[in-house]
Amino acid sequence: MSLEAVNDFVVKFANVNGSGSASANGMFAKSILRMGVPVAARNIFPSNIQGLPTWFEVRVTGAGHLGRRGGVDLMVAMNPQTWDRDIAEIEPGGYLFYDSTKPLPREKFRDDINVVGVPLTAICNAAYQLPRERQLFKNIIYVGALAALLGIELEVLETLLGEQFKGKDRLITANVAALKMGRDYVAENLHPLGLKVVRADAVGDRIFVEGNMASALGAVYGGATVCAWYPITPSTSLAEAFTGFCEDYRTDPETGKARYAIVQAEDEIASIGVVVGAGWNGARAFTATSGPGVSLMTEFIGLSYFAEIPAVIFDVQRGGPSTGMPTRTQQADLLAGAYAGHGDTKHPMLLPADPGECFEMGALAFDLADRLQTTVFVMLDLDIGMNEWLTKPFEWDPERKLDRGKVMTYEDLEAGKEFGRYLDVDGDGVPYRTYPGVHPTKGGYFTRGTSRNPYARYSEEGSVYVDNMQRLLRKFDTAKALVPAPIARLAKRATREGVIYFGSSTPSMHEALETLDAQGLHLDAMRVRGFPFADEVFDFIAAHDRVFVVEQNRDAQLRTLLVNEGDVAPAKLVPVLNYDGSPITARFIAGAVGGLMTAAARVRAPEAAE
Amino acid sequence: MTYITKPQLHHPKLAANSLGYTRRDYEGSVSTLCAGCGHDSISAAIIQACYELELPPHRIAKLSGIGCSSKTPDYFLGNSHGFNTVHGRMPSVLTGANLANRDLIYLGVSGDGDSASIGLGQFAHSIRRGVNMLYIVENNGVYGLTKGQFSATSDKGSKSKKGVVNHDAGIDLVMLALQMGATFVARSFSGDKAQLVPLIKAALAHKGAAFIDCISPCVQFNNHVGSTKSYDYVREHNEAVNRLDVVVPRDEIQVDYAPGTTVPVAQHDGSILQLHKLAQHYDPSDRVGALAYLQARQALGEIVTGLLFLDPEARDLHENLDTVDVPLNSLNEAELVPSLDVLAKLNASLR
Repeated sequence: MSLEAVNDFVVKFANVNGSGSASANGMFAKSILRMGVPVAARNIFPSNIQGLPTWFEVRVTGAGHLGRRGGVDLMVAMNPQTWDRDIAEIEPGGYLFYDSTKPLPREKFRDDINVVGVPLTAICNAAYQLPRERQLFKNIIYVGALAALLGIELEVLETLLGEQFKGKDRLITANVAALKMGRDYVAENLHPLGLKVVRADAVGDRIFVEGNMASALGAVYGGATVCAWYPITPSTSLAEAFTGFCEDYRTDPETGKARYAIVQAEDEIASIGVVVGAGWNGARAFTATSGPGVSLMTEFIGLSYFAEIPAVIFDVQRGGPSTGMPTRTQQADLLAGAYAGHGDTKHPMLLPADPGECFEMGALAFDLADRLQTTVFVMLDLDIGMNEWLTKPFEWDPERKLDRGKVMTYEDLEAGKEFGRYLDVDGDGVPYRTYPGVHPTKGGYFTRGTSRNPYARYSEEGSVYVDNMQRLLRKFDTAKALVPAPIARLAKRATREGVIYFGSSTPSMHEALETLDAQGLHLDAMRVRGFPFADEVFDFIAAHDRVFVVEQNRDAQLRTLLVNEGDVAPAKLVPVLNYDGSPITARFIAGAVGGLMTAAARVRAPEAAE
Repeated sequence: MTYITKPQLHHPKLAANSLGYTRRDYEGSVSTLCAGCGHDSISAAIIQACYELELPPHRIAKLSGIGCSSKTPDYFLGNSHGFNTVHGRMPSVLTGANLANRDLIYLGVSGDGDSASIGLGQFAHSIRRGVNMLYIVENNGVYGLTKGQFSATSDKGSKSKKGVVNHDAGIDLVMLALQMGATFVARSFSGDKAQLVPLIKAALAHKGAAFIDCISPCVQFNNHVGSTKSYDYVREHNEAVNRLDVVVPRDEIQVDYAPGTTVPVAQHDGSILQLHKLAQHYDPSDRVGALAYLQARQALGEIVTGLLFLDPEARDLHENLDTVDVPLNSLNEAELVPSLDVLAKLNASLR
């Protein structure tokens, strides 16, 4: 049996970290995209520079399912260390592509898969003398071979090589030659597979970009001028991308000077300290980090909450707790983000589902931080942050103004407006602030993390403290209408069952809903995009008998937040959890939710008969 | 911390500086520190220095961490914005504030508990970055707010009020600041206002990381026999290497050039420091020499005070980052948000 599929299959590359495979595998994915066929690519890599196993999964998806499907149709097995587990992942009837230079015993294969051998090492050794050349070009040769096996147009790959090595003709020529070595071997010795890429027009104007880069660009458009950060996977590329964008687009054309300041701080504590200081002084500032960084920043986040200072944190979540799995993905910082700090604290969170939303929410976060005068989290995860996703193109309204929130100016103070730093003038819990240095005699105040009255004067009066804490709750309530609204997706038929999900689970969730629908299992769905949760979220829960909550952590943190913030009966929210560090798959969701729905139906059936 | 404001009544004939401010305009709330606390003397010195330098009080941003010393910004420059941050983390907050608005004057006030223990890292890194600030440590060698524990600057062999001997080596923040690249380093004594005020003036005029370690005896917990941070000990062991006068540019500059006794040093803002040498061979432009001198004197139990090192050509963090001359917090959409063309090109490059 051989699998046959057109523009709908999963290829997985098993490589050794540091072998130079990343660019070749990325080029393979992009070549399919250039043929107008959507792809979803996932880099699964170890916390290591060289030597450990790494995988790159490319889902070819004419239907546009951008989450992971689950299962592998074609395994490109280039790592002897992981051979057995890689072989085991292949779907029955699927394909194994391997380096056949040395014969392998029969027990190293499976009877129900198709084996495609290309003597890559032999080809390389014949063509190249230097060990590094042999290693790097082997990757290009297998891309050429795969192109021939799958029907990928060689011209597309040549164009990509031309772009990659622009201005370095010698490298272009050498790489094209390697591509052709792979292609020619297949043409002379093998047949095309049952898996095919056929040119289509299903990509449209979408772009292929990482969430970290998109977030960084959002910070640029959002007017961030101060960035302080400390390297930590998987957030590092966000700060680095911001640096690159600023160098390109934020330089004063007349003087060549920087309209930004970026500090690689000594640690995460200093990073958020710089952000708080800059926010206090009227600049838009952010840091990018991951869970362990948030742990270190917690004291300052509490200060930001209580002293009411704008700050933005991009939390690119990874596997925890502690060092956990630093290069694997999870959605496990939700509770840490929502409640970071001691005492009673709550922080708005934005929950982007793809790089397009990373850009939008990345910019929005700065408006919200200024508007609410508090820390705003943008909660990415490694899957969105470090993988290239097909997403809507970046858009910006040129008329859009940076919302600086309630800032009392020199003119306001001169006009005699009453200024009390923590005075709730408008009833929305959000006070007015002044920037340091604004007026010689008015508007100055002392910022502190200790309790104070509405005029910022130190106070340990219980009633003053309680009033202030209640105002902060009012402010948090105000945030409900400012964070992005949830998006409902109703089933084709009326149902009493629903599902709530967020972030990087979204594409897999949508595919799973289609699968379940085809099985006659209908679910209303709601994607939450912000915290605090809008009333619609709790209306949605109230309107259903049972709501599954799909998320990527062990302890059902979104469910906990829903129970806590909405006073929801816990039994009504059924957790569906994936937390092995790999991005959630459509198959997993459909299987888990479908199984629970079917089991419930079986239980109900006898009762109905009575 | 206090909520007691000072009465508004004051002598109608108080002298005003050229900006029209009297000394009262540089004061803050009533101090709630112990009577005789050295920190109050430092606050008074800051007030006098700012008054004499004729700085607009509201253009000074005063930041601190946590502790007795960190309460003091409430007690001076009442019309300035102040920020009492978290324990030991003032330097990073000040750095961020400075990045947001380079036009203000930044005064960081900290203590030995705040800066030499929990905040040692932030202290060191703010200095090495060359943040344009005056960083004062009000150094009493003891934890006052928690009633008398040794701090990291307590000298080895010194005794606590309860008679306990400190066996740990003390951290010398002056030597650390020198090693970290501070471009203005001084040590003084809260009981020597004649020395402290000009040092503060010179440090405020300095562009770059200026550090003053000010020995400031804690009358409650560290002013006893056996302490090396008591009033008596410091008075007996103080060795001033120089005396300083600051001549601000708006005044007629008159400098005594008597060879061998006075060194005129021009600062970025045009002010002239007149440095009167007391120690014959002391050279405040020699960072390595300063370290060696300090260590030699420390071994003798002496506390060297005065201007210990100065680099008048210092660069600050903004210069190193090559930021625009205007405050970053004043930039508008047109200056910050790239055009739609940029977005279109980026989109095209990602297909």
